[in-house]
Amino acid sequence: MHVPRFWREIPNRYNLIGTKCNHCNKVFFPPRAICPNCRRVGNLEPCKLEGKGKVLSFTVVHVAPQDFKDQVPYVLAIIELKEGPKLMAQVTDCDPDEVEIGAEVEITFRRIKEDSEEGIIHYGPKAKLLRSKPSEQT
Amino acid sequence: MKVGIVGYGGYIPRYRLKVEEIAKVWGVNPRQIKRGLGVEEKSVPGPDEDTVTISVEAARNALRRAGIDPRSIGAVYVGSESHPYTVKPTATIVSEAIGATPELTAADFEFACKAGTAGIQACMGMVESGMIKYGLAVGADTAQSSPGDALEYAAAAGGAAVIVGKAEDDALAIIEGTYSYTTDTPDFWRREMKPYPKHGGRFTGKPGYFKHTLSAAYGLLRQLKLTPKDFDHAVFHQPNGKFPVEAAKELGFSMDQIRAGLLAPKIGNTYSGSSLLGLASVLDQSKEGDRILLVSYGSGAGSDAFSLIVTESIESKRDLSPKISDFIEDKVYIDYATYCKLTRKLVRK
Ligand SMILES: [Zn+2]
Repeated sequence: MHVPRFWREIPNRYNLIGTKCNHCNKVFFPPRAICPNCRRVGNLEPCKLEGKGKVLSFTVVHVAPQDFKDQVPYVLAIIELKEGPKLMAQVTDCDPDEVEIGAEVEITFRRIKEDSEEGIIHYGPKAKLLRSKPSEQT
Repeated sequence: MKVGIVGYGGYIPRYRLKVEEIAKVWGVNPRQIKRGLGVEEKSVPGPDEDTVTISVEAARNALRRAGIDPRSIGAVYVGSESHPYTVKPTATIVSEAIGATPELTAADFEFACKAGTAGIQACMGMVESGMIKYGLAVGADTAQSSPGDALEYAAAAGGAAVIVGKAEDDALAIIEGTYSYTTDTPDFWRREMKPYPKHGGRFTGKPGYFKHTLSAAYGLLRQLKLTPKDFDHAVFHQPNGKFPVEAAKELGFSMDQIRAGLLAPKIGNTYSGSSLLGLASVLDQSKEGDRILLVSYGSGAGSDAFSLIVTESIESKRDLSPKISDFIEDKVYIDYATYCKLTRKLVRK
């Protein structure tokens, strides 16, 4: 990814800033410029999402693109956020067996990838399972 | 005007490596190591964690307890010796990720394991002079150690953040005094472009850790006309589980006074995170009126000592973020090979 594009997306990547239509109250993430339901009638305003949601669907990745090869097997999930929008994110810090549809997650801030050893580091959102009680695995 | 801590928070990665795993590889008796260092296991960062992500987690936890608008933070200082970039501040990324930008000053601090407390002192001065309303100081590290080196049993990952503000702005602890002791002592160092630090072996203890930790503690006690009996808790930098216990004994503190903040046996040495995580753990367990002594240590060398008095605000703020014990208990054990991969000692060709 080009540095300028990553830089432009920093506010929504780091802080889950989406947009909310002041006419139909629908929340969008990534942010949109125009509400597809209301068009010109609605105005979109920035809206910070809380980062709580649940797993709508997921897949376990065994054959990964170059940047993620060292993390296999890992879970890629569609997260439905509490405010409504859906977000595709890696579920971090878990064994793939721990993830199930409907599992409650929280969006956290992690390293997504880096542009080689000399390039910039891309930080952004990943999901983390909300564990009801601390687990101790061996 | 008095200054205090209006919010605090910590973060420790989930992964743990037991002393037995390391000792097995290098043919060493693990019981001897555990007895000698007072460390049983250490925290290890996940493949997507570094000093930036640990700092962000800790800062967000501190912000939740402070309950303030992040844009009212006027300074962000991140102390670490493992900043992911050599040039490009960790502090700007942290500031952005907590929503404190753009009207603030920010910088990275470096002073081995005491860069975080140096950040607290800078924030104290700026708050007290009226330059800023709130200042955020973070101490965080993903400590690297050379394979087979004695440091490998303890070098760990974690961090903690403190938001400094005026005492009257709902501080949960008042900072009643601070005192620093600094000399040029080459006990531990890392040169530019070198991945692992070097140290003076046994030399690191007496003229390094103990001289500075004890001198800073004595200096502060003298300045405030206090004795160890006046304190409910004491927290020292924890390069291992033994040094802080010995320093406490030498100063006249009991095991009961240091227990709440002694984390090294379970997580190892989180470097810049070490004494601040200890403080966070004490705040998790303290009550109104408790007096806490905090003494950091950074090789090279220096110590910053603080005396804090907990206020009633601790009761309403404490449960707004995860406690240090939550992080310590939520863990996954890994083996030495996985540890090498996670810390990039083992790289796919
Ligand atoms: Zn609309």
